[in-house]
Amino acid sequence: MRTEFDSPIILLGARLLSPYIMLIGLYVIFHGHYSPGGGFQGGALLAASILLVRLSGGKVTDPLQIKESITTPMASLGVLIYFGTGFAAILAGGLFLDYEMLPLGMDPAYLRNTGILIIEIGIGLAVMAVLIMIFDNMVRGEDL
Amino acid sequence: MKYFKALILVAFAALMLYASIDLPYRGDPDNLMHNETSMTGSKVAGHYYIQEAYHDAKTPNMVTVVLGDYRSTDTIGEQVVIFTAGIITLLLLRKHKEE
Repeated sequence: MRTEFDSPIILLGARLLSPYIMLIGLYVIFHGHYSPGGGFQGGALLAASILLVRLSGGKVTDPLQIKESITTPMASLGVLIYFGTGFAAILAGGLFLDYEMLPLGMDPAYLRNTGILIIEIGIGLAVMAVLIMIFDNMVRGEDL
Repeated sequence: MKYFKALILVAFAALMLYASIDLPYRGDPDNLMHNETSMTGSKVAGHYYIQEAYHDAKTPNMVTVVLGDYRSTDTIGEQVVIFTAGIITLLLLRKHKEE
């Protein structure tokens, strides 16, 4: 892994592209109710935007974006959001992942809509963190 | 032997092409999987999804409803598979300090 910037042009291009890719990733996650998309695809796009800067910047820019030590808790948090949504439905008296019983105070149909959105966010978070985690472990695992 | 392998491939391709003649046209509303009941008389799940997905979840995208609501237990399994893959890279590729 490089530790210094070999080419400022590549870094500048990656920094220019990265926010737009991240914006499209968020759009894919949050617009999944109305168009093709969802948590898996949006999470992959978010990971792409972060890995682009990681590839071009090297070790120095990593802590400015997402630290290496944070990715594993983020992946766990994504799984826990999904599982917690299902478990909250159990605690409220329903079945596992029965969004109608979530204690949010809405109509059952809109509650299902919101439940789908919550789990999509959890999936997106987990997929993004896991993809960054795989990259970090493959690239940096050796030079600990 | 070489010609025998090629013959097997051609015969298999011919079999697949012959089988594909009977496939229904995509998007035809009279298809078997769009019917209300199957050949054996049981109810078809896809028919219910097409009819009721919007009323159940107020979401226009039917695929999202099937993935996130009707089949959400399957999706949690997929997420756990991805999470496990990440954890395995953490365990295998990291160089741990020797005792």
